[in-house]
Amino acid sequence: MPAVHDRGGLPTDEPIDRQEHEWADWERQTQSLRTVLDQRGIMNVDELRRGIESIDPAEYESSTYFERWSASIETILVEKGVLSRAEIDERAQALRDRWGYPG
Amino acid sequence: MRAVTDAAPAFSAGDRVLVRDETPPHHHRTPWYIKARRGRVLEFIGMYLNSETRAHGGSGLPELPMYRVEFDQTDLWPDYAESPSDKLWIDLYEHWLVRAR
Amino acid sequence: MSKGEFYDTGWRPNDDVHRDEDGRPHDHPGVQEDAVLGVRASRALAMHELLVEKGVINDGEVDEAISRWSERVPSNGATLVAKAWSDPEFRTRLLEHPKETVVESGFVPEHNADIIVLENTSQVQHMVVCTLCSCYPTALLGPPPDWYKSFSYRSRAVTEPRKVMSEFGLELEHDVEVRVVDSNSELRFLVIPRRPEGTEGWSEAQLATLVTRDSMIGVAAPLTPGRV
Repeated sequence: MPAVHDRGGLPTDEPIDRQEHEWADWERQTQSLRTVLDQRGIMNVDELRRGIESIDPAEYESSTYFERWSASIETILVEKGVLSRAEIDERAQALRDRWGYPG
Repeated sequence: MRAVTDAAPAFSAGDRVLVRDETPPHHHRTPWYIKARRGRVLEFIGMYLNSETRAHGGSGLPELPMYRVEFDQTDLWPDYAESPSDKLWIDLYEHWLVRAR
Repeated sequence: MSKGEFYDTGWRPNDDVHRDEDGRPHDHPGVQEDAVLGVRASRALAMHELLVEKGVINDGEVDEAISRWSERVPSNGATLVAKAWSDPEFRTRLLEHPKETVVESGFVPEHNADIIVLENTSQVQHMVVCTLCSCYPTALLGPPPDWYKSFSYRSRAVTEPRKVMSEFGLELEHDVEVRVVDSNSELRFLVIPRRPEGTEGWSEAQLATLVTRDSMIGVAAPLTPGRV
């Protein structure tokens, strides 16, 4: 059984959905945050991929592309001691309290 | 940024190769569907940083030989239904390849 | 495919980012009315705020990186393809020294990845996928489209490429050899599609209008003169 990111040839009949979703600003920001962290030597693209590949398979399947990036960036930054899980928890909760939750 | 290395590439265009059937616990970029499959080296494409160590905090040095390898689609997928002349190309590090007949 | 679809990479210019009085970014009015935050979105924004507060990155540094994305658009690749169609010497150089030629043409490849250019002919069709993630020549084509990152494309491109191409409107002759290229890390691939018939004497600028993003991934044909 291949790892969850290793998708080549997995059985599916699903047609290719060519509709583009409207990018949310946080997605743009997350994409470029990764670039900035790379430029500063904090996190390279191979680490990004490794972080994505370490996502729990059920979450990998159900999350969107940049949700996976967010999870990976967090894994790497916490692992390197740049940020702690607790401070991310606290700040994320504060943002969600202020802005609301998906219904 | 290219590291100096004495290692000569072990394979050259036309060599038959077998992809190692391994699943190491560390990050690697060899997809499951070409493992244990036979292909042909199209060309040695140069020396590249080792993403398998870079993904885990390493420098990626020394750089490793990389090859473009061609597979017949009919060798990869037993019930490939499109055309027998179709191919798959992929770039692989030397340490994933063993010489085959 | 309409011209609008070709040029719409999903990106908006930086000054088009909507923010309310708190500086809270939100989606375009009328598109997603409720700017509520999912868990991973909130954690991404939290990390950005914390990194700025700790001085790990500068305030505005990410916005600057976002604005640089506006230079990465499919018309970059289309310019190269149209020039390769028009100028045999350039075509040879682009195929033989792709990265140097891309840089000479004024484009900036991302994070040290090499660029390889592959040419489709009457005998061969190259089609690019990344089964493991989403490797893509963003300097030349912009960010990858959603379908390129989708599980269905990543799964099916390697097992039934012709069927996938037919969903993009491209029906290949049986004797054309399909080469699916699984772009898996250090190299990024740009496809030069076949020049459409009926374009003799066209300028590079005219030709570039025919070169769609999807034709440079290799899943579709370029537009034909009647369909611009």
